[in-house]
Amino acid sequence: MTTLLTFPKGGIHPPESKELTAAKKIEVMPVPAELEIILSQHIGAPCKPTVEKKAEVGEGAVIGDVVKGLGVPLHSPAAGKIKAISSSVHPLKLNAPSITITVNPEAAPLHYEKKEWRDIDPKELLGKLKDAGVIGIGGAGFPTHVKLSPPSNSPVDTLVVNAAECEPYITADHRQMVEHSAEIIEGCKVILRILGISNCLIGVESNKPNAFQALSETAANTAESDFKIEVRALQVKYPQGSEKQLIQAVTGRKVPGYALPSAVGVVVQNVSTAKAIYDAVVLEKPLYEKVITVSGKGIQRPANLLVKMGTRISDIVDYLGGIKPELKKIVLGGPMMGFAVSSLDIPITKTTSSVLFLSEDEIDTAPHSQCIRCGWCLEACPMGLEPKEIGLFVEANHAEETERFGVFECFECGSCAYVCPAKRPLVQFVRLAKMKAKRK
Amino acid sequence: MIEQQGNLPSAQQGLWKVSISPHIKSDESVEKIMWTVVGCLVPPLILSVFVFGIQVLFITAVSVASCMAVEAVSQKALGRKVTVRDGSAALTGMLIAFVIPPGVSAFLPVLAAIFAIYIGKHILGGLGYNFFNPALLGRAFLLASFPVAMTSAWLPPIEPGAIFSYLGVSIDAVSTATPLAVMKEQGMAAFNERFGEGASLYTSFFLGWRPGSIGETSGFLMLLGGLFLLYKRYITWHIPVSLLGSIAVLTWIFGGEGYFAGDPLLAVLSGGALLGAFFMATDYVTSPSNKISQIVFGVGIGALTVLIRLKGGYPEGICYAILLMNPLSTVLDGWFKQKRFALPQGGEK
Repeated sequence: MTTLLTFPKGGIHPPESKELTAAKKIEVMPVPAELEIILSQHIGAPCKPTVEKKAEVGEGAVIGDVVKGLGVPLHSPAAGKIKAISSSVHPLKLNAPSITITVNPEAAPLHYEKKEWRDIDPKELLGKLKDAGVIGIGGAGFPTHVKLSPPSNSPVDTLVVNAAECEPYITADHRQMVEHSAEIIEGCKVILRILGISNCLIGVESNKPNAFQALSETAANTAESDFKIEVRALQVKYPQGSEKQLIQAVTGRKVPGYALPSAVGVVVQNVSTAKAIYDAVVLEKPLYEKVITVSGKGIQRPANLLVKMGTRISDIVDYLGGIKPELKKIVLGGPMMGFAVSSLDIPITKTTSSVLFLSEDEIDTAPHSQCIRCGWCLEACPMGLEPKEIGLFVEANHAEETERFGVFECFECGSCAYVCPAKRPLVQFVRLAKMKAKRK
Repeated sequence: MIEQQGNLPSAQQGLWKVSISPHIKSDESVEKIMWTVVGCLVPPLILSVFVFGIQVLFITAVSVASCMAVEAVSQKALGRKVTVRDGSAALTGMLIAFVIPPGVSAFLPVLAAIFAIYIGKHILGGLGYNFFNPALLGRAFLLASFPVAMTSAWLPPIEPGAIFSYLGVSIDAVSTATPLAVMKEQGMAAFNERFGEGASLYTSFFLGWRPGSIGETSGFLMLLGGLFLLYKRYITWHIPVSLLGSIAVLTWIFGGEGYFAGDPLLAVLSGGALLGAFFMATDYVTSPSNKISQIVFGVGIGALTVLIRLKGGYPEGICYAILLMNPLSTVLDGWFKQKRFALPQGGEK
């Protein structure tokens, strides 16, 4: 690692808190007695169930399919019987339609064999991704086959793989890189073939030297003339894993406002999605399980777990020895952008990257006060926005006039709220501003 | 589900917190910042006790206590949350004591506190909404109401240092003019006669063994406090450097007999320039937030300070220069916006 790359403007250095799980191998969590699969796992319309109540399903069988527009099918994570088609607690939508499966504990887990993929037509590869239900599992959950079909008027020349994992606590991608570097590199090659390009840049934050080494060595050992895969070391700075910031760090290109990365010839994929793409194409295994980090001072045994979609948080808690009395907040996702939940009944979805059990001294509980115009939020904002102005406008009931501050450019990384000495809920103000400005 | 929840301390379930991200925040706070700045002002205060006597401690205590009391009463009266613990009123009290003559009656800082905190801060909306620096507003109020006391109650240093032997040892000699006043009214020759020349002059000004307000005596301790704030990243270099730089350059050009004959070092070391640059002009609420506007703001204060010192009716100019630039902060921020990450293709949206 020589010079560390990063984006020049803004960013923060929150405590990394990754030591709780960084050195822990991925554990395969036993399949729980019941799985609750939410039908709406990605951007777009929820899936429609394709099975009836009481039907027997096998591992990997399709249980839901796309109704219209964007979408991918949904697969049963284990063999079992459909117990109910009803609704579940959803971290964001409160309630969401879901399918509950009673798992058959006798059924032997499926074994997948490697298949040759290099002769397959890129169009067909895209079809395989869609059939396997692959979506961007790093966060937003955008169907991958759509993301890998960029508009023809903006040709793509570079694939950027997001291996920054800049959110504190989370080590799921880190462990995947250390333990599955071969699969990830091959997944990258699949993506390159689909896009018909040869350049791939993988950005890894320098706090994961073993991941950097594993990927670099694998890339060098499996080098092929058609694929130029390079691993780049990034500075440890939040939000390094944000799409626009990452592209700027590794390629020097700036994605214009309100535009997609393809505007500068780039497609970004998360490193775990690359692994899922490998599974879908090389193993023909649908996406129905994923590696998550369970961490924080509020859980007995922090771990990196391979879990089935639909595993409830309560099952994870039981498997990891229960919660500690000091638990104060449960967060799905990272502490900077994740969602606090109030129930353990919530099932894991394809986009869950972690479940954090945070104690009082890990979270912020201070009340907020008036803005003192220190301007720290301006310095922290990676998009060059003015969070304090947005906050003041929202407080003064002028939320709908905040568009001129570029409120729609904000991707809610929370850097401003993190540094604010008055502890102002700036992300909340931004969300309110977006809502009202949209309505205007 | 029910049986699984049986393992959990059920009383806890209802107590989990939910709120919008981010769930972690830095350990900086308004309180921490304000009290740190107050702390940075303690060394010069201690030094001035040795220079001027115990009187300054008394004046400072009265000033801080009355600012905190006025803050609490104002907030109570206006139906706001009482936030006297956040240290902002204590800081204002400290700064008021630092910019008035140490020999004044204790009644003056009380009046200044009422004006600064009640009128200058809470009537305008409280911390964050005041557009004038409260401490300087308090000083301006006193200067307008008690011009004689405010320009003559300077205490001479107690110890007769080598260059201060002209002052005698009497603490009762309460009408020692400040260096800049001597320079303005009696000229450079009189100034040199009273305060010395060359290296010994700079040394005494730098260390603080000279008449003046608490805040303008010791350049060294002011600089030290300012550097600490820079180190803590509570302030950035933009305002202090542009302010002091423009004072130095403009004094050098216009401050002497003929052009380019002024004494920039003396200009920076006197008249509370360092206190103003590090502790007054950098006040978050009343200064711009964007870096470019901060530089413009600093240069504006520097230029006005030199203008007032050379052409105006007051020997020291930084107080009014800052007060004049304060309300322009938001205007400057509107003019010089920080650069967006990248604007949309095809122009502004």
